[in-house]
Amino acid sequence: MPDADYRIYALAGMALFAIGFYSMLVQAHLLRRIMALNVMGSGVFLVYIALGAQTPGPIPDPVPHAMVLTGIVVSVCATGLALALVDRAQAAASEVEPGDDA
Amino acid sequence: MTSRMPIGVLSLALLAALGWAVLSLPLRPAGLTAASLAKLPESGVTNPVTAVLLNYRGYDTLLEIGVLLLAIVAVWSLRRGEWPASHLHDRPLLMPLLRVVLPVLLLAAGYLLWIGAFAPGGAFQGGALLGGAIVLVMLGGLARRALAFERLLRAGLVLGVIVFAAVCAVTMLLTGGLLQFPAGTGGTWIMVIESAALVSIGLTLGLLYFGGRPNAHHA
Amino acid sequence: MTSAWAMASLVLSPLVAAALTFAFPRLGRSLALGTAGVAGLAVVRLMRLVFAGGVQTHRVSGWGAPLGIELRADGLSVLMLIVTALIGVAIALYSQRYFVSEHDDEARHRERYFWPLFLFLWTALNALYLSADIFNLYVTLEMLGFAAVTLVALAGTHAALTAALRYVFVSLSASLFYLLGVGLVYGQCGTVDLPSLAAQARPGPALWVALALMTGGLVAKAALFPLHGWLPPAHANAPAPVSALLSALVVKAPFYILLRLWFEAFPALMTPAVAQVFGALGAAAILWGSVHALFQPRLKLVIAYSTVAQLGYLFLLFPLTAAQEGGFMAWSGGLMLLGAHACAKTAMFLTAGNILHAAGHDRIEDLDGITHILPVSVFAFGLAGMSLIGLDCPRAAGLPGNGCC
Repeated sequence: MPDADYRIYALAGMALFAIGFYSMLVQAHLLRRIMALNVMGSGVFLVYIALGAQTPGPIPDPVPHAMVLTGIVVSVCATGLALALVDRAQAAASEVEPGDDA
Repeated sequence: MTSRMPIGVLSLALLAALGWAVLSLPLRPAGLTAASLAKLPESGVTNPVTAVLLNYRGYDTLLEIGVLLLAIVAVWSLRRGEWPASHLHDRPLLMPLLRVVLPVLLLAAGYLLWIGAFAPGGAFQGGALLGGAIVLVMLGGLARRALAFERLLRAGLVLGVIVFAAVCAVTMLLTGGLLQFPAGTGGTWIMVIESAALVSIGLTLGLLYFGGRPNAHHA
Repeated sequence: MTSAWAMASLVLSPLVAAALTFAFPRLGRSLALGTAGVAGLAVVRLMRLVFAGGVQTHRVSGWGAPLGIELRADGLSVLMLIVTALIGVAIALYSQRYFVSEHDDEARHRERYFWPLFLFLWTALNALYLSADIFNLYVTLEMLGFAAVTLVALAGTHAALTAALRYVFVSLSASLFYLLGVGLVYGQCGTVDLPSLAAQARPGPALWVALALMTGGLVAKAALFPLHGWLPPAHANAPAPVSALLSALVVKAPFYILLRLWFEAFPALMTPAVAQVFGALGAAAILWGSVHALFQPRLKLVIAYSTVAQLGYLFLLFPLTAAQEGGFMAWSGGLMLLGAHACAKTAMFLTAGNILHAAGHDRIEDLDGITHILPVSVFAFGLAGMSLIGLDCPRAAGLPGNGCC
């Protein structure tokens, strides 16, 4: 571990983040946009892990690892919430004619 | 198609800034590896990641268990799930598979919970397996009756938060500090928290898969 | 009660109450009232401790920064906690009856889920104002965002669901921007402890990018112009108590984190140019929000656009406090505006809820004669409006120091 350079993974994480950001803005389909958010999230987690691997010491820094575990759980919850919301909104949209909002 | 151009340029600019930031970071960031290892003997576990998750930064995890519960509350508030009862019929391939896989999954979840104190593993990893087991059970139609007991499901879902909060209150009475375990007992408290969290995490993940609250009429 | 117990009960009591209201839906109303009582007492206790003994910190798990998380209550946190408690209590009381008036299954469903979501929102706000750790702030921000989005969707109408959908994408991507910024800060400084960052931070590309990412995310969550687009539909289409919570409290939380980041953690990066950018965006928000508010056909949309403008006023704090003289005055004026706006907006959205309920709609041109039906509500609405106008004038006039309106 000591001398290896893992920054390429951090750069890859940043690339994932930018790709996800682009897709989230240009995609029209809501499912694709949720997937884009997940790609952004994976990018962030990869950056954390790569930076944790850069620290000196016998093992990689455990603090970013724990943070990523927290982040993954939060992102699973976010995905579940977003999917349920999309489904509910589309069900409501099919019941109501456009422009007929209460 | 025309609106993609500016967004693409924006994303590329973002990428350039992010790459620049990564490359200008110190090659060897200070980090907290040494501090984490130095306090490890006092933490009650020997796996550094578990020590961070349940001891050094246990407060994050308390809120995170709260977020998990919030997610299922939110999803249940939004819609009724497509509970499998409607498309449940005998699945000749799934049942024999379940007979083999289910005990293994449960055993592995318990093992991951236990090993988390010493090696990679813990309540979240075990909970993910448990969640997978719950999904399989539901797909197999085995849980048709269990779904009718919505109260029991709710109790299991809140178990993690309630036990975690109770541990906070009890240890605070003993030591005066939030999530400060009495010396030498960290491992026990962590195991109590993680066992309850395992149940709630597994149930939450499994029930999130169905994307809504149970519908008693289908059960 | 020591400060540690006060802080712990501010986070734990709404969290446990949220879990219990989900497990036992019938207890929702009484648990919310109980939480309001506990939180109110704890805030008062904490306030007195801070007044008597200065900043209160608590090392969670006993480690202390940088390895552990620290909770901290200073003047600003206590102010935010008091505003939260005041409005939380008001909304807990208002909502005792708000959902009861309708007797169908849908209304019962809404009430059953309103209580746990409301209590989660309260947990998140209390935890956010007590946290002195920028990663822990991320977790509280996410809890806040999830609860807020779901509360908007609780209205169940097509318009509310569309607004919630827009809100969820803004909120989630903004959180990821913030989280990435936190990662870069940790890589640069080796700590995520807010008070010790100032000593560790050396201005450089990594910190600039990190701070830009976090600021971008927080500005979107605080609905500062030009990232305010999600706010009016979300705030206008939510149920009345939810609109009040969102406008009074939820958008203030990311603003509070911005203050902490720029003034406390990274003051070295707080250049006059940065302050002017915030000021310019704030000024644009005031104009944009106010002009749009004038043209809205519905009462709740007017109030929502007024929130966009009022948030602009808050961001004027950045250039005003950066000026050497009058910095303190700007702080006290700005923070008073924050508290007053929270109270006034709560009153406005709650009374708008009454009007909506009594008239069946909130189209302004058809609200003729509503004063005869709801004299008290309209009076309260007017009072809140006067509070907003009265507080605006001295700010716009360059903040004379009388400090009271």
